[in-house]
Amino acid sequence: MDADALDRAYRQLQGEVHPDRFASGDDAQKRLASQSSARVNEAYAALKNPVSRAQYLLWLEGIDAGGEMGPQLPVDFLERQLERREAANNAVEARDQRALDALLSDVRADAREMESELLLQFDGRGSHGETPMRVRELMFLAKLIDDLDAMQSALDSEGEI
Amino acid sequence: MALFQISEPDEAPKPHARKRAIGIDLGTTNSLVATVRHGLAVVLLDEEGRPLVPSIVRYADEGVDTGYAAMAQQAEDAQNTIVSVKRLMGRGLTDLADARRFPYRFVDAPGMVKIATRSGVKSPVEISSEILRALRARAEESLGGAIDGAVVTVPAYFDEAQRQATKDAARLAGLNVLRLLNEPTAAAIAYGLDNASEGVYAIYDLGGGTFDISILRLTKGVFEVLATNGDSALGGDDFDHRVLCWIIEAAKLPPLAPPDIRSLLLASREAKENLSDHENALIAATLADGQTVKVTLTKSIFTEITRNLVNKTLQPVKRALRDAQLQPSDIQGVVLVGGATRMPQIRRAVAEFFGQPPLTNLNPDEVVALGAAVQANKLAGNQERNDDWLLLDVIPLSLGLETMGGLVERIIPRNSTIPVARAQEFTTFKDGQTAMAIHVVQGERDKVADCRSLARFDLHGIPPMVAGAARIRVAFQVDADGLLDVAACEETTGVESSITVKPSYGLTDGEIAQMLQDSFAHAEDDMQARALGEARVEADRIIDATNTALIADGALLSDNERRAIEQSLAQVASERSQSDHRALRAAVEALNRATDDFASRRMDRSVAKALAGKRVDAFQ
Repeated sequence: MDADALDRAYRQLQGEVHPDRFASGDDAQKRLASQSSARVNEAYAALKNPVSRAQYLLWLEGIDAGGEMGPQLPVDFLERQLERREAANNAVEARDQRALDALLSDVRADAREMESELLLQFDGRGSHGETPMRVRELMFLAKLIDDLDAMQSALDSEGEI
Repeated sequence: MALFQISEPDEAPKPHARKRAIGIDLGTTNSLVATVRHGLAVVLLDEEGRPLVPSIVRYADEGVDTGYAAMAQQAEDAQNTIVSVKRLMGRGLTDLADARRFPYRFVDAPGMVKIATRSGVKSPVEISSEILRALRARAEESLGGAIDGAVVTVPAYFDEAQRQATKDAARLAGLNVLRLLNEPTAAAIAYGLDNASEGVYAIYDLGGGTFDISILRLTKGVFEVLATNGDSALGGDDFDHRVLCWIIEAAKLPPLAPPDIRSLLLASREAKENLSDHENALIAATLADGQTVKVTLTKSIFTEITRNLVNKTLQPVKRALRDAQLQPSDIQGVVLVGGATRMPQIRRAVAEFFGQPPLTNLNPDEVVALGAAVQANKLAGNQERNDDWLLLDVIPLSLGLETMGGLVERIIPRNSTIPVARAQEFTTFKDGQTAMAIHVVQGERDKVADCRSLARFDLHGIPPMVAGAARIRVAFQVDADGLLDVAACEETTGVESSITVKPSYGLTDGEIAQMLQDSFAHAEDDMQARALGEARVEADRIIDATNTALIADGALLSDNERRAIEQSLAQVASERSQSDHRALRAAVEALNRATDDFASRRMDRSVAKALAGKRVDAFQ
């Protein structure tokens, strides 16, 4: 996918529908602008991120990778993430900023690698055999990253007092 | 008036076709109002040429004072002179960890704290509206008429309740709010358009009582906020307070009464400002009991006692960078905004963190108001040469719903570009459940108790079904002001319920209308001021035009005629310095009559000039 083309298209569309263009319009116009602009934001957010993009493309083909009917995650993957979460909890307990940082960048690197794999898979056409699983794993990692991030912030602000 | 009709056919549109649009920076310490004039954003000054209005309101015996007038009395009448009211916007008494720091008589009210003054109990919304009213009056005087629309800035990290309170205050002041604009974003507009910048910028905005950091990407006229963070209760005020605590300790003072606290705080602020350019600041004050306080604060002590505060600003900076997935080295430039960024220790800390000296070429006090004026001008529909730009802002804090067990289900994550709409489906958990309570919260924590409660409402009339069969869709919509609407609907039956999220203490349109009615006494003053402003603008125009005409075509007049016009001119000028708009109008009208004949002679001459050497058929 051409990320620059996506950015350009997004900006062009917002240039046309953004509520700022209708600030002196009537209420109906304003409401319409707000809704359209929100739709454009939603589409951009969905396409910009590789995971949500893959999820969306799969959904177009009738595959709900993120839903409850999605594939079961492999046990070794789950075990690995559980270990990471435990290590993170220990780091917080020990106020070990550096260990948490290392853990976080480790998970991020993992996610990035899987994302680029995902991009390759979508460049080729045809069957998406492994794709729904990758997407699900990535969603799992995204949640882990969020949580580690929150722990890091909490540790940060504690350190400053 | 005929004199004005001699103009080139393709000259700019008539001035009255332009909308009177203003940008307002409603600050904790100072407020400003700006507008775009001849394509340039300018701050509007008071009669003494001062740009700032101190954000101070005093409820005096004989009415309400604002700005410098209120400031003059703040130590003597501390309980009725409200400073830093912005810190109270949308906050309850329990939110104010430092309530004892304020010398007011607080009244606990549901949701938002109120203050007992000699003019009765006032809410922060009402108090802020007095400041906004003063700014509106200044703008009307200066622009010569009613204001068509205003952009009012808020700290980027203001939550829903604080934003709603600000908008209510503006409406209460009789302003048509075109948009609430985030302060750092306003600064970015002023800075970016001025410097034609491209790339990723950080705006570090430390005001009197709030701190914001915004990371923006500037690309071909698009200002895209990537992430924002901050602390809506951290600002220059806190530095003053640290100095105050230091004075009390250094001078071994006993517990102080409100007037003494206020005067020492003033001395503290002065010392803080002095230390931006000097190594030492002498603090001298006389207390109510006659005791004199005299201490010297050095730069190094000041840096030491405020180190925590400076570090406290760097946490949100780190979080914003993390959310934008950027490193400090990815930032092309750091723009400093807010008077508090004049402190050298702030500049040093920012330079060190980002590995580059911050940009300080814009006046940190004015840049927000200027950006707001540019945005207001555009939103009002005034055409400018350079107005092909777009602003994409975000919400600072996540929005969600309470679910089982007091946990938060996040619906819209922080830093989502606005406007944004998201919906989520929920279901019933009991057989035959016919109603569902919907509790909207804002914040980043997982437990409802740790987030800010925004609104509660019920969806009634769900037909009895087995648990888990109902499909309740809750839709969140955040508009371009960052304000939230929530609607809930049971999808199998179409039963609906919705609410515009107004914190329980937010004002309804009816209440605003009532309060506007109550301030009718004000309205009379306002109308007088407006009429006078309009008459003065008209007077300036005719004085200018007449002088220009006299210089260009004075030869067309006899000495007597010229003297008559000059007399009328002098009359207009003298009425202009008075404050009777009717007398001024009459003088202007007299000058009009006195120049009528002159104008038609000028017209004849210019027509003759234009037609010289041309044949009639050339005009067909």
